Amino acid sequence: MFMLRLAKLRHALLRVTSAVSLFFVSTLAFAEYGFNLQPPVTPIAREILNLHNAIMIVCAVIFVIVFGAMFYAVFAHRKSRGHKASDFDESTKVEIVWTVVPFLILVGMAIPSTATLLKMDDVTESDLTIKITGYQWKWHYEYMDKGVSFFSVLATPRDEIGRPMFSSTGFKAGDAKNANYLLQVDKPLVLPVDQKIRFLVTTNDVLHAWWVPQIGIKKDGIPGFINQMWARIEQPGTYRGQCAELCGKDHGFMPIVLDAVSEQDFNAWLEQEKAMMAAAAAGADREWAKAELLEKGKETYDKVCASCHQPNGQGIAGVFPAIAGSKVATGPLDEHLHLVMAGKPGTAMQAFGPQLDDVALAAVITYQRNAFGNNTGDLVQPSRIKALRK
Amino acid sequence: MATAATAHHDEHPYGIMRWLCTTNHKDIGTLYLWFAFIMFFVGGAMAMVIRAELFQPGLQVVDPHFFNQMTTLHALVMIFGAVMPAFVGLANWQIPMMIGAPDMALPRLNNWSFWLLPFAATLLLGGLFAPGGGPAAGWTIYPPLSVQGGMGTDFTILAIHTLGISSVLGALNIIATILNMRAPGLTLMKMPLFVWTWLITAYLLLAVMPVLAGVVTMLLTDRHFGTHFFDPAGGGDPVLFQHVFWFFGHPEVYILILPAFGVISQILPTFSRKPLFGYDSMVYATGSIAFLSFVVWAHHMFTVGLPTAGELFFMYMTMLIAVPTGVKVFNWVSTMWRGSMTFETPMLFAIGFVFLFTIGGLSGLMLAIVPADFQYHDTYFVVAHFHYVLFSGSIMAIMGAVYYWLPKWTGNMYNEAQGKWHFWLTAIFFNITFFPQHFLGLAGMPRRIPDYALQFTEFNVWSSIGAFGLGLTQLLFLYIVVRTIRGGKKATDRVWEGAHGLEWTLPSPPPYHTFATPPKVD
Repeated sequence: MFMLRLAKLRHALLRVTSAVSLFFVSTLAFAEYGFNLQPPVTPIAREILNLHNAIMIVCAVIFVIVFGAMFYAVFAHRKSRGHKASDFDESTKVEIVWTVVPFLILVGMAIPSTATLLKMDDVTESDLTIKITGYQWKWHYEYMDKGVSFFSVLATPRDEIGRPMFSSTGFKAGDAKNANYLLQVDKPLVLPVDQKIRFLVTTNDVLHAWWVPQIGIKKDGIPGFINQMWARIEQPGTYRGQCAELCGKDHGFMPIVLDAVSEQDFNAWLEQEKAMMAAAAAGADREWAKAELLEKGKETYDKVCASCHQPNGQGIAGVFPAIAGSKVATGPLDEHLHLVMAGKPGTAMQAFGPQLDDVALAAVITYQRNAFGNNTGDLVQPSRIKALRK
Repeated sequence: MATAATAHHDEHPYGIMRWLCTTNHKDIGTLYLWFAFIMFFVGGAMAMVIRAELFQPGLQVVDPHFFNQMTTLHALVMIFGAVMPAFVGLANWQIPMMIGAPDMALPRLNNWSFWLLPFAATLLLGGLFAPGGGPAAGWTIYPPLSVQGGMGTDFTILAIHTLGISSVLGALNIIATILNMRAPGLTLMKMPLFVWTWLITAYLLLAVMPVLAGVVTMLLTDRHFGTHFFDPAGGGDPVLFQHVFWFFGHPEVYILILPAFGVISQILPTFSRKPLFGYDSMVYATGSIAFLSFVVWAHHMFTVGLPTAGELFFMYMTMLIAVPTGVKVFNWVSTMWRGSMTFETPMLFAIGFVFLFTIGGLSGLMLAIVPADFQYHDTYFVVAHFHYVLFSGSIMAIMGAVYYWLPKWTGNMYNEAQGKWHFWLTAIFFNITFFPQHFLGLAGMPRRIPDYALQFTEFNVWSSIGAFGLGLTQLLFLYIVVRTIRGGKKATDRVWEGAHGLEWTLPSPPPYHTFATPPKVD
């Protein structure tokens, strides 16, 4: 008799567990449709997903029990059905139970959470270190001890974003949007798979947060401080994320794109990058023609300056000064050079000296002094920037 | 014509001077509630701008800089302009009547506490017209971004100072009233729960509003007077601001919800026709929540790079808050259990509160889990979470309170059918607006962005449609309230069959001065 009951109980338990695991699986399947966390590609991200699913299920079960009771009362204990009110108003016994039981459930949640957290915070024994620096509104990546570093900025064309009704430039509907709208950059962060990568994150101006959901990392970048985190990516692929801490006007427009490749491909890529950097440095020594400078200048302006000073150089009144007809861009060249290279502390105007190379700086200043009706005719050669840096 | 004696009691100036000079708790309560109502619509209009921009991917309505001003001001207006003043308004009307006092303890201070608010609101909203626009660094005004902002940020800082003074004075007045002016026999442990929760809230206000004032003053001196509290280039630390801000900010969350707990604890017993279950444990749970609220602040900052020990401490403490909060929910359900329930509008709002607030409470528990919080932090999951506790929590409790006490205040019954329409439309549109935001956040949409990637489109469309419906529905609320003030079926003194408490022994509407001689409480 007892054995029979036990068998029945086991059967019932099996049914419950299979139902729960079915729920697990279906929540995981939902992930593709944007209901749940994105599919993890690191061990930590997977642990986080499991922790999240488990806790969500515990919460859902508690919710169903408590509100099952409440709605039963709502339907059964109503005056319109002639239910007479009882007058009980306390029970020490049940009150102790529903203080102690939740506490035990919480302890059950705290244990695996603590274990995962301890793993996340262990950044020792890494194979590769990447220093991430947030800028308004782009990311800078430096491969420590590898001699490679670059900026990574939004690559979605402005025409796809469109222009809003209430703006100085007037409404223009955005063009058809590509599949990776707002989640594409000119130069992705390339990383090797199966290596423990340590990230150091800081910023040059305001707070930012570097977040790539699929690798399970989000950490604030704080000027003057360096935060650490790590990831070991298991699958090659492209993973996308965004800045997660409000950092001003274009906070929504500084995505992160990460290309995870095999170690071989990674090393080949590193060599290629070094060669490109050397070629760019060589460009600073030759004389540039005006048309060449203006073309390169417009390219740099649209990428670096236009988000504040606007593509037409008009700026935004009261926040970002205009370049068209400005005292700086039509006044003495030295002051203009100094402002662009050293920035203006306490404002969104950054020091672009350390950010841009000699050619880009020379070109963009030449462009600013000749575009938007600022026809000063001035020409700045990269060699002049190079000399100024010394 | 009343007798000479009562006529003397009711004497007050008429027209605008009545409201400017009033020291009457009922008049001041009315002023607070109308102010909150106006701010609710101002903040709501800003939410409509936000949702209009997020209706589709791409920029269609406002530029990103103005969008940031809208998110910032929406939060500041709703928190400091709508929810807090509404609760002070309820306290002003109800606390003296519930404890059998003739008025608030400090009536002139009461007048000043209120009249600071319109000036503060003008400063806050005036920032929009300053060069560079209003504050755009989020309601948390984190430096260094808030140091970059234009004059609008200074307006905000001064507005926060003014609001803080108003809140501190209001809190002092409430404490003085509750501790000194209770009717004979009304011991602390016999007070209605609404009075208890307000007493505890008032202490929270006294403790943390000066902290907020301090930290925004440091921000002001960083902006203009050459200090470097938060500037690493001068040896400062931007994270220091966050620690101090959230030392204010977390108790502030409970300032916004504890009076709502009180309201619900009044409404549920009335319509269940059964006493509140576990009165004592309700009081202790409120006290525990208030105490714990001081040691959980860094759970808003898990991603700033806290030491592991710090993260663990704040995770455990935050999880612990689930215990007293759970006790409250269980007690409410037990209050309804085996009652004799009817479902008038206040009861609908109360049940809606318990149900929806618990969703927010459970997502709050999920947010406490540090590793998982790294995925949730600064996403729409958080936005969904705090709207479940603040809209379906605080604001639905305030709406329930208005329906519950409006017949007492005006002497007229509101239109029950319209009230029910208001509840159901609010509840449904609220869920259409905010439930999909959980999914958006989990799928990876950061908060405070004016434009988003294509995979977030469908849920944003839902959310925007829900928000427009939710906004329009509140016009119905305004209509119902105005119509009830102007007339309607006369309310009885007790108003609700199951109502207990001193306020229900007074006529509806109560005379201008009540309880000139204290009632006796057994």
